[in-house]
Amino acid sequence: MSTKKEIWVYAEQENGKQAGVVFELLSEGRKLAAKSGFTLCAVLASANGKPMHQELFNYGAKKIYNIEDPKLDTYQNDYCSKVMADLIKAQNPEIVLYGASTIGRSLAPTVAVMGWAGLTADCTELDFDTERGILLQTRPAFGGNIMATIICPDHRPQMSTVRSNVFKKERVSEHETGEVVDVKVDLSGIKERMKRVESVVEEINTVDLKAADYIVSGGRGIGAPENFKVIEGLAGALGGAVGASRATVDAGWISHHHQVGQTGKTVCPLVYVACGISGAIQHLAGMQSADLIIAINKDRDAPIFDVADFGLVGDLHQIVPEFTKQINALKS
Amino acid sequence: MNIVVCIKQVPDSDKVTIDRETNRLNRAGVPSIINPFDENALEMALQLKDKHGGKITVISMGPPQAEEALRTALSHGADEAILISDRKFGGADTWATSYTITLALKKLTDPVDLILFGKQAIDGDTAQVGPGVAHFYGVPMITYAKACEVTDKGFRVQQVTDHGYNVWDVEKPAALTVVKEANSLRMPSLKKKMAAKKAEIPVWGVEQLQPDETKIGLNGSPTKVNKVFAPPVKLNKEILSGEPADMVKELIFKLREKKVL
Ligand SMILES: Cc1cc2nc3c(=O)[nH]c(=O)nc-3n(C[C@H](O)[C@H](O)[C@H](O)COP(=O)(O)OP(=O)(O)OC[C@H]3O[C@@H](n4cnc5c(N)ncnc54)[C@H](O)[C@@H]3O)c2cc1C
Ligand SMILES: Nc1ncnc2c1ncn2[C@@H]1O[C@H](COP(=O)(O)O)[C@@H](O)[C@H]1O
Repeated sequence: MSTKKEIWVYAEQENGKQAGVVFELLSEGRKLAAKSGFTLCAVLASANGKPMHQELFNYGAKKIYNIEDPKLDTYQNDYCSKVMADLIKAQNPEIVLYGASTIGRSLAPTVAVMGWAGLTADCTELDFDTERGILLQTRPAFGGNIMATIICPDHRPQMSTVRSNVFKKERVSEHETGEVVDVKVDLSGIKERMKRVESVVEEINTVDLKAADYIVSGGRGIGAPENFKVIEGLAGALGGAVGASRATVDAGWISHHHQVGQTGKTVCPLVYVACGISGAIQHLAGMQSADLIIAINKDRDAPIFDVADFGLVGDLHQIVPEFTKQINALKS
Repeated sequence: MNIVVCIKQVPDSDKVTIDRETNRLNRAGVPSIINPFDENALEMALQLKDKHGGKITVISMGPPQAEEALRTALSHGADEAILISDRKFGGADTWATSYTITLALKKLTDPVDLILFGKQAIDGDTAQVGPGVAHFYGVPMITYAKACEVTDKGFRVQQVTDHGYNVWDVEKPAALTVVKEANSLRMPSLKKKMAAKKAEIPVWGVEQLQPDETKIGLNGSPTKVNKVFAPPVKLNKEILSGEPADMVKELIFKLREKKVL
């Protein structure tokens, strides 16, 4: 058992490639570590961990639990949950953070029931209560109608999942160092109940919503599928990406890769421009944390104006092309 | 093939609002529905049954009125329904819910081939109960399934990932959580609707399930709600109206002032 209490970040990877959310979690984990006095650690289960260590240190991990086995090259729930649950039992961390990705959302709940740990999904804010020594996990509930702060007073570890783009990533430096603890595992005793036979990447590269600084999104208010051209025009002028509400995706106007919201992507750009989007809570759940929100809607009472920094009341078919024109004029 | 579908009755979150003075949800008059993702799980079960035959059992844990959700599921084509309900189960978080649902699964007399869940419940959005039950019950779990076919030894499952999809071969019995892209639920038939009204739905409580009482309800739940509050609204926002060209000009000026352009 460790003498000093620890905060762990599950360093999700596949084929030696780390998920971006890992670095966001480490950046946030550093703040929790500073407040609690706990040690920030990364847990890396992979086929070959070494090439990934430097970046984990650079983002603030002081210690890496390095677990290697060819069976851990890609994610398999039975293997990874066993590795994680055993390590938690041996080391007793106080806090464990996971990305709310397809992987994290399989692993974390499995590990939670393997021990008797509390797990709070999709946190949007984490804080440490120094008086009580517990993690404060804040998240939206009821489709974003209400925020709840969840605690786990009596069970350890306290575990959370966090969607990507909720926290900002920040490197400490390029040459941080730390301790590597090699953990031996034997997976040969686990029956192979499931096997991945294929893995297909189909993300269209033009839809890099997660990385975009500017996002212009269209809703049902654009009126027709061909009007996404107008949205693309503004996105192009701003050098950004095109987002969409679910109403337009369901109508078949645009592919689901563009959908922002509770059942789409969570985005956190510098500027989010919502055009003809009413601002249903499920949509807000995916874009509310943008640094600056501009809403264009003809209905002054649309809920999107509640979260906007700037609201333009009027017809988007006039406003959006005008916006594009003036931005382009600015550039030339 | 025996399939169990776990369905949850939830308030229609589209229609829930919050009272900004008391920070409470205005739930009065808000209709209850079957969790939308659980409809996709049910439809997946119905399609498998259409092809391969068998029996579909729907299970729900909740207050007595959750029975309505089960009757609705029967009217869409499920064969049997079980309600898990007891005062002592109240206040359960996902851990205690997973434990309790698993006890009900273990009590079923016919062997189960497949257990289906929705991707997540829209009231809590946790997506934890599926993986939780799978582990307690001791079967492999694939999350975010959008398609499932029967194979010799089990199932071939397409799983939606953050960048595309994976294909898995999984042994039976297995558990899956189902995404919206999988399908959409068929209409109920009139005949089934009538039968559903009259169907016997057994209620299983502490007496029937014999749980370890330290693991159920509020006591068995590791997580507690510390506080709830209304989501913050932006206070110093600016609403512009008037001629498009003027509005945009002013907007761009302000954006440059803020150094985002
Ligand atoms: C379980 C669940 C999950 C969901 N997940 C998501 C999700 O991830 N993402 C999501 O977006 N939604 C999601 N939804 C759907 C959500 O509730 C809304 O139905 C959807 O966001 C509405 O899309 P919209 O704003 O484009 O359409 P509408 O609500 O129809 O709004 C259109 C808006 O356009 C305005 N308008 C019309 N014409 C013009 C014009 N000429 N100029 C300017 N403005 C105009 C109107 O005033 C109106 O406000 C989900 C729903 C459920 C139940
Ligand atoms: N009380 C319940 N009764 C039956 N099934 C449930 C219950 N709670 C959750 N589930 C199932 O677990 C899935 C995920 O729920 P959750 O973990 O609450 O997001 C749901 O889509 C249901 O299939």
